[in-house]
Amino acid sequence: MSIKLRVNGVERTLDVDPEMPLLWAIRDALGLTGTKYGCGEALCGACTVHLDDQPVRSCVTPVRRAVGRAVTTIEGLSPDGKHPLQQAWVELGVPQCGYCQAGQLMTAAALLKAKPKPTDDEIDQSMAGNLCRCGTYTRIRAGIRKVAGGQP
Amino acid sequence: MKGLVLSTLVAAVAAACAGGAGGSRPPLREVGPNELRSPNDFAGIEDEAERSRALFVEAGRVLKHARCVNCHPAGDVPHQRESLELHDPPVVRGPDDHGVVGMECTSCHQDKNQWQTRVPGAPKWALAPLEMAWVGKSLGQICEQLKDTKRNGGKTLAEIVQHTAHDPLVAWGWDPGADRQPAPGTQAQFGALVEAWVAAGAHCPEEEAR
Repeated sequence: MSIKLRVNGVERTLDVDPEMPLLWAIRDALGLTGTKYGCGEALCGACTVHLDDQPVRSCVTPVRRAVGRAVTTIEGLSPDGKHPLQQAWVELGVPQCGYCQAGQLMTAAALLKAKPKPTDDEIDQSMAGNLCRCGTYTRIRAGIRKVAGGQP
Repeated sequence: MKGLVLSTLVAAVAAACAGGAGGSRPPLREVGPNELRSPNDFAGIEDEAERSRALFVEAGRVLKHARCVNCHPAGDVPHQRESLELHDPPVVRGPDDHGVVGMECTSCHQDKNQWQTRVPGAPKWALAPLEMAWVGKSLGQICEQLKDTKRNGGKTLAEIVQHTAHDPLVAWGWDPGADRQPAPGTQAQFGALVEAWVAAGAHCPEEEAR
């Protein structure tokens, strides 16, 4: 079935099952492999992308839900990989193995867009669904604080 | 065996809390844990107020079921599974009962159950507002709450009947997907019980009933 999507600002037409998880449409059909498969059950956040401005777990989101909405993946977060969060991530050495970091960044970016000056509690509540097996949580929080204008 | 014990217990509780009439009312038909009695099963209770209370206790088997009560928490975190486990991943109510940015209900929950991943879903997935909390409340307290327009979303009793019988999020309780135990009976039967409860005066069971 033909599905029209707008991904990172580009109109794309895919021939996929409307119930296909958005993650597979992004990775397999479009070749955008920055978004990662983690648990496949919306429990880890590695697959987080934006539908319009809302972070969603693409592993459990049927591709039909994205029709008519703007899909943003880590590749589209900034044109040159220099979103303030990405710069802070590099500066503070946030990524370790890096596998979860695309999801972490997508959630953090949505948080700062909705709440430019989040409290620590708000950071923790919004980031609670993005797991990191390297344990980079304190660095993630520092990166968000840095971009929000506070001390890392 | 467990089902028989449960249904007998439910009948006993229904009789006890409808009580006060000297125990002269006929025993209720025994039903399995997945069945609901119909309003006709209560027709033998002559006293209207007593019949109304007994009908509510039967409807309460749905209201207190895990599929329903899990999203009527008394705090900021929904529950899941059968024993009021806290929701995993850790989500919070947020300002409008739909979660917080990054952890909104619809970040994961779709408009229908996802069979591939077991993530449950239905239209309008959200927490019940805090004033509609059921966890930790007796059935009598839940009943009074349901009738109170300040705590029921401003609904008339007729609208409560409509809501219970037809709301698509309420309907999820009987179609929860994966291996989740559905609420007993059907939504139509539940709606009929609530309608009969209202028709008999919408009386509430004693607070200590449960």
